Amino acid sequence: MDKFTRKTATACPLNVTNINTDQLLPARYLKWPRSAGLGKVLLQDLRFDSAGREQTDFPLNRPQWRKAKIIVGARNFGCGSSREAAVYALYDYGIRCVIAPSFGDIFAGNAVQNGLLTAAVPDDVAAELMAQLTTTPEMPVTIDLEQQTISCGNHSYGFTIDPVRRLRLLNGWDDIALTESFSERIAAFKAADRTDRAWAFPSE
Amino acid sequence: MTEAQTLIDKLWAAHEIVRREDGDSLLWVDRHYVHEGSFHAFSRLAERGAAVAEPGLTFGVADHYVPTRAPRDNIGNPEIARMVRQMDENAAKHRIKLFGLNDRRQGIVHVVGPEQGLTLPGLLIVCGDSHTSTHGALGAFAFGIGASEVAHVLMTQTIWQRRPKRMRITVDGKTVPGIGAKDIVLAIIAKIGADGATSHAIEFAGSAIRALSIEGRLTLCNMSIEAGARCGMVAPDQVTFAYVKGRPFAPKGTAFDQAVETWSKLKTDDGVEFDREVALDAATIAPVVTWGTSPQHALPIDASVPDPAGETDSARANELREAIDYMGLHAGQILTAIVIDRAFIGSCTNARIEDLRAAAAVLAGRTSKVPGLVSPGSSMVKRQAEEEGLDRIFRDAGLEWSESGCSMCVGINGDIVAPGERCASTTNRNFRGRQGPGARTHLMSPAMVAAAAVAGRLTDVRSLLAGRKV
Repeated sequence: MDKFTRKTATACPLNVTNINTDQLLPARYLKWPRSAGLGKVLLQDLRFDSAGREQTDFPLNRPQWRKAKIIVGARNFGCGSSREAAVYALYDYGIRCVIAPSFGDIFAGNAVQNGLLTAAVPDDVAAELMAQLTTTPEMPVTIDLEQQTISCGNHSYGFTIDPVRRLRLLNGWDDIALTESFSERIAAFKAADRTDRAWAFPSE
Repeated sequence: MTEAQTLIDKLWAAHEIVRREDGDSLLWVDRHYVHEGSFHAFSRLAERGAAVAEPGLTFGVADHYVPTRAPRDNIGNPEIARMVRQMDENAAKHRIKLFGLNDRRQGIVHVVGPEQGLTLPGLLIVCGDSHTSTHGALGAFAFGIGASEVAHVLMTQTIWQRRPKRMRITVDGKTVPGIGAKDIVLAIIAKIGADGATSHAIEFAGSAIRALSIEGRLTLCNMSIEAGARCGMVAPDQVTFAYVKGRPFAPKGTAFDQAVETWSKLKTDDGVEFDREVALDAATIAPVVTWGTSPQHALPIDASVPDPAGETDSARANELREAIDYMGLHAGQILTAIVIDRAFIGSCTNARIEDLRAAAAVLAGRTSKVPGLVSPGSSMVKRQAEEEGLDRIFRDAGLEWSESGCSMCVGINGDIVAPGERCASTTNRNFRGRQGPGARTHLMSPAMVAAAAVAGRLTDVRSLLAGRKV
């Protein structure tokens, strides 16, 4: 997994509350392997009409935000289905960070596994960032994970992220290696559990 | 004496292997359910050349992609055939027990687990599906995970988690006839919002919850995720123990008695504080339907589509406007005036035997004004319904009776609602395009879907229940 420390890029405002993973990646693309290029179908049904024509007023389709690497979203970003492919679609499109007032729990967990930063900000900060990007779309946004700050023009804001997730992103850590370092404790737990909770093992 | 604890704390403590200083805990997983969509995780294993750590605790089902109306032994769509075959191959390779397409126990994972006695009180259960919260109905700690976590669980039988905050939702009182678990949970989501329980585990409590059957509790916990919760649960009681007893994978004989002794302690101690408490009065809950594109857009059937002009918050007004526009409605429209094109009874939310009985009670001797599909929650439920003659009631009403699978809830098997069509549905998500591109979904209980089918529009089921046994 790639590390995340600091990123400066254009940021696209996406002012849609409760944008769910069905929107980020519609179910009909879940059969695709990641190598098929999920980035091109990110937000498919909002970016394109049913005939496949671009919805020109959709933020990510506007020339100034086409290459955005940051999304500024609204509350409950990524709620709904646990499909991790929604994160693959964002990442493969080029998005490295989503800033929003809140995130779906499973989505935020999936994001950290794939090097995508979810930066939580208060509602008024999200609104201010969106307003600023609407008036000056080309204004680059810098997100610094070490300092936990977002800078845009003359403004600087703090953001929150679970401290463990922050460390994982900063170091590009892999969960499996970490878990394997506890293999003896897992084995001991399992051995004791077999006796203590014998009923917990399937009987058939 | 040990400190007073919530049910959530007790379940957490029983599975904690390691707690790190930074607050993350490594938890033991008792049951891991996988399905065709778990292929990303199996690919991860293949890349690493890794084995499944506990094949005996891992169970596969074919549900998300399976055909429900087309032949199952020779699947026409090559992509779907590949998805099903891939699951078969991965299960065989890793010696995982599979309830495959031709198994008589096949069905939707969240129906099969409890039905087979794999889901038990006190267990920690994960699955790469957000509706894994369903299994909390039996007093389990159950939550959905993503593909990377599925791979991690396959390789280690453990998962890293941060302890969730604790929320108790108490529903006391007696519901009026015709009101089911779906109405209760939609009323809860309408009250707290689609992110009302984010980063929380919910314990559902109160006399109205106790009065629910296991089927009802499964519906309730299933939709915890639609309020953003990590998981939802109900403390196990005599109803739970009676449900579990005798199921194929449940403990037998003295092992069962010992288990019941342990399970009886799985309840929140007196005087313990939750991070958040929410209360509802069951008597005030009317049949609920959704009008918009989020499960929080839920209202009693006698209400009207909200008016964005009446909203002071501009973001909220915008959200309402977009939802009304997508749904092809207008502000102030009376909900019972909304004409439907289609009905669907199915999904992990509402396709158990009790759900089918509730729908059949309304449909018996009546005809549906719209085409509709009934997909039972499992192949076992299908057979039971046929033994009870429910299939005949659905068919006589003009609805299609199909095989079991996720079907029209998510539409990846090809069961979709056409663009612009309006569907009364027993499912869990009324998201834009959830049932197919451009599809418009109204969520409600099985009885309410049956009523909508009979009337051809959204309608209060209570007006159709006179003289009927419900």
